[in-house]
Amino acid sequence: MDSFRVLVVDDEEDFLETLVNRLQKRSIDTVGVKSGEEAVQNVKGKLFDVILLDIKMPGGMDGIEALREIKKIQPLAEVILLTGHASIETSIEGMKLGAFDYLLKPVKLEELLTKMAQAFEKKDAHDQKIRKARLKELMRFPGRVFDHEKEDK
Amino acid sequence: MKTSLYISLQRKMMFITSLVSLAPILILGGTIFYQFSQMYREKIEEQIEYRARTQAEALDLFLKERTAILAAMADTHSFQYMSEGKHLSEIFEVMNRRAGAFVDLGIIDSAGQHLAYVGPYDLVGLNYYQQPWFGEVVSKGIYISDVYLGYRRLPHFIIAVRRQENQNTWILRATIDPDIFGNIVRAGRAGKTGDAYIINKEGIFQTDRRFGSGILTSSDLDPSRFGSRTTIIEKRNGLGENRLYAGTWLENGKWLSVISQEITEEMSGLFATRNAVIAIIVCGILAIVATTFITTRLTLNRFREADKKLNELNAQLVQSDKLAALGKMAAGVAHEINNPLAVILQKTGWMEDLLTEEEFQGSKNLKEYITSVKKIEEHVDRARKVVHGMLGYARRMEPKLEDVDVNQVIVQTISLLDYVARLRNIRIQTELAQDMPVTASDQAQLQQVFFNLITNAIDAIEKDGWVRITTRKDDSNIQVDIEDNGPGMSDDIQKRVFDPFFTTKEPGKGTGLGLWVTYNIMEKMGGHVTVKSRKGEGTTFSVNIPMVVPQKK
Repeated sequence: MDSFRVLVVDDEEDFLETLVNRLQKRSIDTVGVKSGEEAVQNVKGKLFDVILLDIKMPGGMDGIEALREIKKIQPLAEVILLTGHASIETSIEGMKLGAFDYLLKPVKLEELLTKMAQAFEKKDAHDQKIRKARLKELMRFPGRVFDHEKEDK
Repeated sequence: MKTSLYISLQRKMMFITSLVSLAPILILGGTIFYQFSQMYREKIEEQIEYRARTQAEALDLFLKERTAILAAMADTHSFQYMSEGKHLSEIFEVMNRRAGAFVDLGIIDSAGQHLAYVGPYDLVGLNYYQQPWFGEVVSKGIYISDVYLGYRRLPHFIIAVRRQENQNTWILRATIDPDIFGNIVRAGRAGKTGDAYIINKEGIFQTDRRFGSGILTSSDLDPSRFGSRTTIIEKRNGLGENRLYAGTWLENGKWLSVISQEITEEMSGLFATRNAVIAIIVCGILAIVATTFITTRLTLNRFREADKKLNELNAQLVQSDKLAALGKMAAGVAHEINNPLAVILQKTGWMEDLLTEEEFQGSKNLKEYITSVKKIEEHVDRARKVVHGMLGYARRMEPKLEDVDVNQVIVQTISLLDYVARLRNIRIQTELAQDMPVTASDQAQLQQVFFNLITNAIDAIEKDGWVRITTRKDDSNIQVDIEDNGPGMSDDIQKRVFDPFFTTKEPGKGTGLGLWVTYNIMEKMGGHVTVKSRKGEGTTFSVNIPMVVPQKK
């Protein structure tokens, strides 16, 4: 499995810290933040492949709102929703908003890794398709390579 | 328990209904009868008064005629002429021929000496000077006596007139035939009990009467109670009969003509009417009472049935409410528990991760650590299952409708469990209805229901036995019975099997959520699941699935 970048968003500090530790121990590039707002800030500055997002968070922005914002900034990042509650309806709403899947807490790391791998594969496939499309485009119009670079910046 | 309540209610209803329906009938009946009897009474009195008046008129006329003819004879003949017996006989004959009812005739001079006489008795030479009537006739001119015995010892009365001839005063006196007079009086007797007679001012009978002692005896009537016109009084006589007495004073002012009648005879028509009225009222009352009784009973029976149904419904509602409230609470609790569980799981996972590091590998208790951590994970997993079980029912909010063949769902479910059952020597038999329709329902949820129930049955039997699954349908429902020959349940346990976390299994073997989830799935589907069990004989769970015609797509 290729190394991929993961953002974990959860207000439960103990959970967040431990999960980040465990993922990092498995050489996964992981960042953990405690709120929806922080997640949005991070997404603006850095590209992530997979985002683990807790739905129910106290404070201003809950998971669904954060998801909406994140998808605006990084439409290709795959989001896995984490829910500890009977709020399955919100999970389904999240799926409609473009989340990859949802998982019920408590979840075993193995299960989580499998799901993340699937999400990453999907994202990767998606990326590759885009890359191929661009490649074709560049073959046809080599001059556009500069536009592309501008776009990236 | 509530029987006494119903009986008192029944009594009240019957009492009030009877009162309201009987009171008008009785008041109406009473009023009409009272008015009717008043009218009847007035009629009778009118009639008897009329009879009394005509009777008195007839008697008056009789006496007036006799007096007039007597006076005319006295006026038209001289004392000299009359004193001769031959002439007196002639006059007597003329009088009897023209008017009749004269028994005898006599001439009395001013000294009271009876000078001449025609008649059956030998009365010539008697002196009447001392008699009280003699004085009266001399002073008043005309005199009608009371009935008296006189010299001849027979009840009779006389009429006498005085004649003034020059200086000479004489008296013409005649005896009236009491039989003829009596016949006129008797003509007034009507009906079986009617009577007519005459009494004088002292209440002495002047004529005989129909019943009881007769002439010259004293009457129990008080003549002073009769006024100038015809007067009617009601009196109970010596024989205990109520009688009406109509009395009219005759013109001589001495005699009272009385017509009497027994009331009951006159009123017999009224009594017949009264009996008819009473019969009608009694029939009416009986009909009303019977109707009241029947309708009250009918109404109360309806009440009782409705009450029973209401109670059953209430019991169901209470169960549903209880479970719904517990469901909400369970969902809330699950929510609060899942987060700590997630942390614990991550922490133990982290510990496992760390234990793989070199510094721990040499530790002598490494194995203990690993086992402990595994145990913690195992128990977190157990808790997770319970919590997810609780959420299992909340998870599917909307059952999705698809075309479902219930028989097929059962067969599929059995195939999942067949292996487990065979290991424990339990046979799963099926009696599936052949004509089972396809219904619109949620296949996955139905499968979960059957899975739960069959698993429970197998767990209850433990070893060696059978489970029988029967399906059948009626007009609007599909019924599935899952019967086992396990140990059965006591009534206490039956009441609680659908409560969440209620389990008879050993700790750790069951969550106590299976039947609760089953119950809720069926309620949401619009059906229900019920249990029947007898200790030592087995248990039957009945699932009732409402039949929904699949929509054409």
